[in-house]
Formats: sequence, structure tokens, C-alpha cells
Amino acid sequence: MADELKDIVLNYVTKEYLEDDSEPLTYETPLISGGIVDSFSMVSLKRFLENKYGIAIPDDEATPEAFDSVNKIVSLVQRFVAKKG
Amino acid sequence: MAYSDKIRGTYQAQIKGIQDAGLFKQERFIHSPQAADIEVEFPAGAPLKKVINMCANNYLGLSSHPDVIKAAHEGLETRGYGMSSVRFICGTQDIHRELEQKLTEFLGTEDTLLFPSCMDANAGVFEAILTKDDVIISDRLVHASLVDGIRLCSAMHDTIKHSDMGHLEEKLQLHADKRFKLVVTDGVFSMDGDTAKLDEMAALCEKYDAMLLVDDSHSSGFIGKTGRGTHEKCGVVGKMDVITTTFGKALGGASGGCVSGRRELVELCRQRARPYLFSNTIAPVVVAGVLKVMDIISKSTERRDKLEKNAAYWRKGLTEAGFVLREGDTPIVPVMLFNAKLAQDVSLALYDEGIYAIGFFFPVVPQSQARIRTQISAGHEMHHLDKALAAFTKVGQKFDILGKTKQDIIAKYGM
Ligand SMILES: Cc1ncc(COP(=O)(O)O)c(C=O)c1O
Repeated sequence: MADELKDIVLNYVTKEYLEDDSEPLTYETPLISGGIVDSFSMVSLKRFLENKYGIAIPDDEATPEAFDSVNKIVSLVQRFVAKKG
Repeated sequence: MAYSDKIRGTYQAQIKGIQDAGLFKQERFIHSPQAADIEVEFPAGAPLKKVINMCANNYLGLSSHPDVIKAAHEGLETRGYGMSSVRFICGTQDIHRELEQKLTEFLGTEDTLLFPSCMDANAGVFEAILTKDDVIISDRLVHASLVDGIRLCSAMHDTIKHSDMGHLEEKLQLHADKRFKLVVTDGVFSMDGDTAKLDEMAALCEKYDAMLLVDDSHSSGFIGKTGRGTHEKCGVVGKMDVITTTFGKALGGASGGCVSGRRELVELCRQRARPYLFSNTIAPVVVAGVLKVMDIISKSTERRDKLEKNAAYWRKGLTEAGFVLREGDTPIVPVMLFNAKLAQDVSLALYDEGIYAIGFFFPVVPQSQARIRTQISAGHEMHHLDKALAAFTKVGQKFDILGKTKQDIIAKYGM
């Protein structure tokens, strides 16, 4: 699941936040600290993941640090998917 | 009192950081009333210089209009200087309510509430009408005061790419489960001079049962056939749920702002909006001045018509000279220079030629999008515009940017 999830997140972030002439993202590109995603706009990513994977990420876990790269987002999502059982 | 060396040193380092990054802003002192021709002391201590102002929000040229000044004098004589009170204690005069009614009529809404500024209107409106069960969907380029107001409110906040209607529709679907949805945009975007697609936004809001708020600070008084604003230009007068706007630009340029819109939303602002409840009322002299402005622009479209002609002439002139402009058809005409230092250098060279126009750079605009934002006024005459065009052309030649593309300019001066 991890590889597929990685690409789903990468594609979503690219489509949602990048302008047409931006540098392409990697799995490690700093998203929030790198100024690509502002902390407001994180909301749609969180909602997208929650809807798609049937999970609920509480606000105190949905921190800018936890959302700062595709890889970090993937581990967060995996943790909640595993919890769901 | 413990302003230790450590504290002072930390702040001094921050200020130096701003200077070193070439992002330091310096005020220029104007010794005359606001107008097309002004007298400026710059740098501080330098002898006064007569220059043409190309960067005021004085779109209708009413900031120093004799009829407005006369009305303000009368307001001062008949209603006094200050009220020493917030609105709801003893700070509401008959003329405050009269102005609210005039604005309601002019904007085509149901009711209006005055605020000390539009910054305050935007700071107060969201918290007054929304809860954590709601969502705000805003354009990513809305004005800082809207961003701050949204931050003060417990509703969820999401954003859309600038003027991207497909993205807006996706977001309206994504947040369909929320109690209320409020879509937020500027009418005319202040840094780029482009206009929101309010007709399409209103249609989407209708389809998905969302409310629509527009900040028309850079539109009220001159956008649309009779100057009512972006909603008039887009043919959606009466469909706006909330309009916020300022009196600090086209409408006399002194200060003050308002929330105008659906009766219940305005009433909730009156009951709950914190800048309304906890900040002093607008001074009577200002209210009297804005009332005269409303009078002038309700009777005749002469000034906004002249502004429209001036702006088209200016845009055409700069295009023919070979500058890179932002597309648009408003009196805001940004000359793109991309590099922050270049924007400042061009501004200084223009000043030497007798033209006052300021460079804008990060954080006021995104990185690598530095520019000189020119703003046209009905107070400009042809001779002002021609002189300014000649100066821009001369400076453009000096920096070798005429007829050059964005890529050329970045290659030469950097991002
Ligand atoms: C779009 C927009 N909204 C609000 C404001 C703030 O208006 P005021 O000066 O009345 O606080 C401004 C002014 O810079 C603006 O450009």
C-alpha cells in the first residue's frame, strides 16, 4: 500500500498546491516549512485523506510538522489506517 | 521595564536582516494634500520636490475635492470633532445611520454597518457570523485583512487557486457536509488589478448552497457602469451576501469601512463584531465627508468614466513602450520587474524624473514577482499621464527592460 499511497499523496499535493510553472515535488520536499503549502491550505489535504481512507486525524496530530513532506504524511496515514484495523 | 541589551540586540538583528535582504521599507514625507501633483521630502531632510503621484488609491480624485472638504468643515462645525465613544454606547449620530442607509442603497444590499476601517470590518465579520461547524473557502490571493479575520474565527478554512472556478467547485463538493459554506474573494485584487469572476462564483454558490463575501475596497465607487462595484460589473447586484469595503481609497480616502449585506448578517455584526464593539466610532468630520462623496458619485458617473478612459490610455501607453504588465482592465496597472532590487532601483530612477511610484516586493507580493504598482486616478489629466509615460520609457531604456520578456528580465537581474 505504501507505494501507491505515496503517489496518491504526491499527485494530490501537486494538483492542489503547485502552480503550472513550479519545480516538481519529491517525496521529501518540505511542503509547509518550504512555503509550498500554507498551514490553512493543509485542511483540504487532511479532508481528502480522511475521506479516501475512512480515518479521522485529530487536530492535535494534524500538525504542520506531521504534514511537512509526502513521506511524513504517508506514515501518519498508515498509522491511522492500522489503528482502524 | 526590562528592555535588556539582549532583547534590544535581538530586535536590532531582525531589522538588520530585513535591510540586508533588500526588503526594508522607507516612508517618504508628503507636505501637500493628496492629489496628482504632490510635494515630497525624500530622503528625509532633502528639499521638497514636486512630483506626479502614480500610486495612490485616490481613484476618483476625491481625496482633496473642494466639495468634500467643505462638507467635512460643515460636519466639524455642526457635529463636533470627536465622539469619545464606541458606537453602541454614545457614539452613533444621525449622520452615521444616514451614511449606512446611503451605502445600502448604493451597494444594492439589505443593510450596512460602519467600522473604523475595512481592516476592522474584515477582522470582525467572520467570527460574528460563523462557527466551528462552518467552512470558509477563500481565494489564495485575498487581502491580508481577510486572512487575519478568517484566522480569528473558529470555522474551518480552505483555499482555492487564484480565480480557479473548477477548484472552487471541487471545494464546495468536498465540504458539502458543513453547516454553512462561505466563499471569500477580493472584488478587484489589489496587487494584480484583475477582477474576480463574481458571476461564476455566485452561480456556483447558488448551486451548492453557499454564501458569497466580496471585499470591494479597490472597486467601490468606480467599477461597474455606475461605480457600484465588482458585483455591478459582473451583473450580480442583489446576489451578494456580504460586501466589505473601505472609505480609505476611492470614497474620499480618509478612513473607515463597512460590512454591507443580508440584514441578519449585518445585525449579528452589530451585536457581536469585536472591532465594532470595542473600537471608537468614525469621527463626524469623516462621516460628513463620505456622505458628500456618496452624493457626488450617486448623481453622476463623470468621474468614474474619466478614470476608465485614463486607465485605458495609461495601460496602452505602457504596453506600447514595451513593459511587461499584468493583464486587466482596472486602474491598477502593475509593471512587472520580478527582482526586488530592480523594483526599488526603478522606483528611485522614476523619482529623479519627477514620478512617485513605489516598488512592491516580498512579503507584499510573492517572491520573484516584484513590481511597480501604478494606480490611475480621475485626478490625473492627460499631461500627467504623458509626462509619466515619458519618464517610464526613459527609465525603462536606462535599465534595458523595454520589449523584454519575463525570462529576459530575470536572466539579466535575477529572480
Ligand atoms: C482589499 C483590501 N481590503 C481591506 C483593506 C483595508 O482597508 P482599510 O484601510 O480601510 O483598513 C485594504 C487596504 O489596503 C485592501 O486593499
